[in-house]
Amino acid sequence: MSDTKKMALIASRGTLDWAYPPFILASTAVAMDMEVQIFFTFYGLTLLKKKLDAKVAPHSNPSMPMKMPFGPKTFKNIEWPIPNLISSNLPGFNDVATTLMKKTFKSKGVATVEQLRDICVESGVKLVGCQMTMDVFGFTKDEFIDGVELGGAATFLEFAAEADIQLFV
Amino acid sequence: MSDVQANMELDCRGLNCPLPILKTKKAIETLNTGDVLKMVATDPGSINDMTAWTKRTGNELLSHEESGDEYVFFIRKK
Repeated sequence: MSDTKKMALIASRGTLDWAYPPFILASTAVAMDMEVQIFFTFYGLTLLKKKLDAKVAPHSNPSMPMKMPFGPKTFKNIEWPIPNLISSNLPGFNDVATTLMKKTFKSKGVATVEQLRDICVESGVKLVGCQMTMDVFGFTKDEFIDGVELGGAATFLEFAAEADIQLFV
Repeated sequence: MSDVQANMELDCRGLNCPLPILKTKKAIETLNTGDVLKMVATDPGSINDMTAWTKRTGNELLSHEESGDEYVFFIRKK
């Protein structure tokens, strides 16, 4: 089919919040009969690991609302003013924030990153790992899920040049 | 459009973007051309999303109704 639309994504971040956009867009694009390639580079590479371990770090994200996923609505709507001194120094703070964010996503009927990634793999989204950043960070291909191909800037650009949508997320 | 007979019903209540679209796509693949899928969602974004999805995929959005907090879509498979 020559009129198949194509989408090229670069996934460059590895936190839980930023793990969502590439997998949401890719799975939806395939559901809209598009052909998709995601190029994973820098911290985005961690999204290819067999066991996904994406976290959020509130101290590095001042616009992230700090809310509780449980309790009555008035309680849930409270934004907790947590000072950076605490959020960046308290051991385990990121883990707590990550757990709370996952709970919030679940309670809002949002798929997990793992589910979305599985859908991408099953529906034929082409996943490309950036060889250069793999070397820099010391990742090997066997740490990644099956079906990942490796390449560099030229691999991405060759596909992106023919794509209708190109996004850096 | 409640006189349209659905060949299949899909419950997407409580699901958020992009799950209603992904599940609708999966469900429609199991149907035959001309069959009608009834999909019920609670995500307010699903009105625009289903319109966009049907436009892109060529499936026909026969109707969408709002009843309370629910959005009911009838889609005919291309």
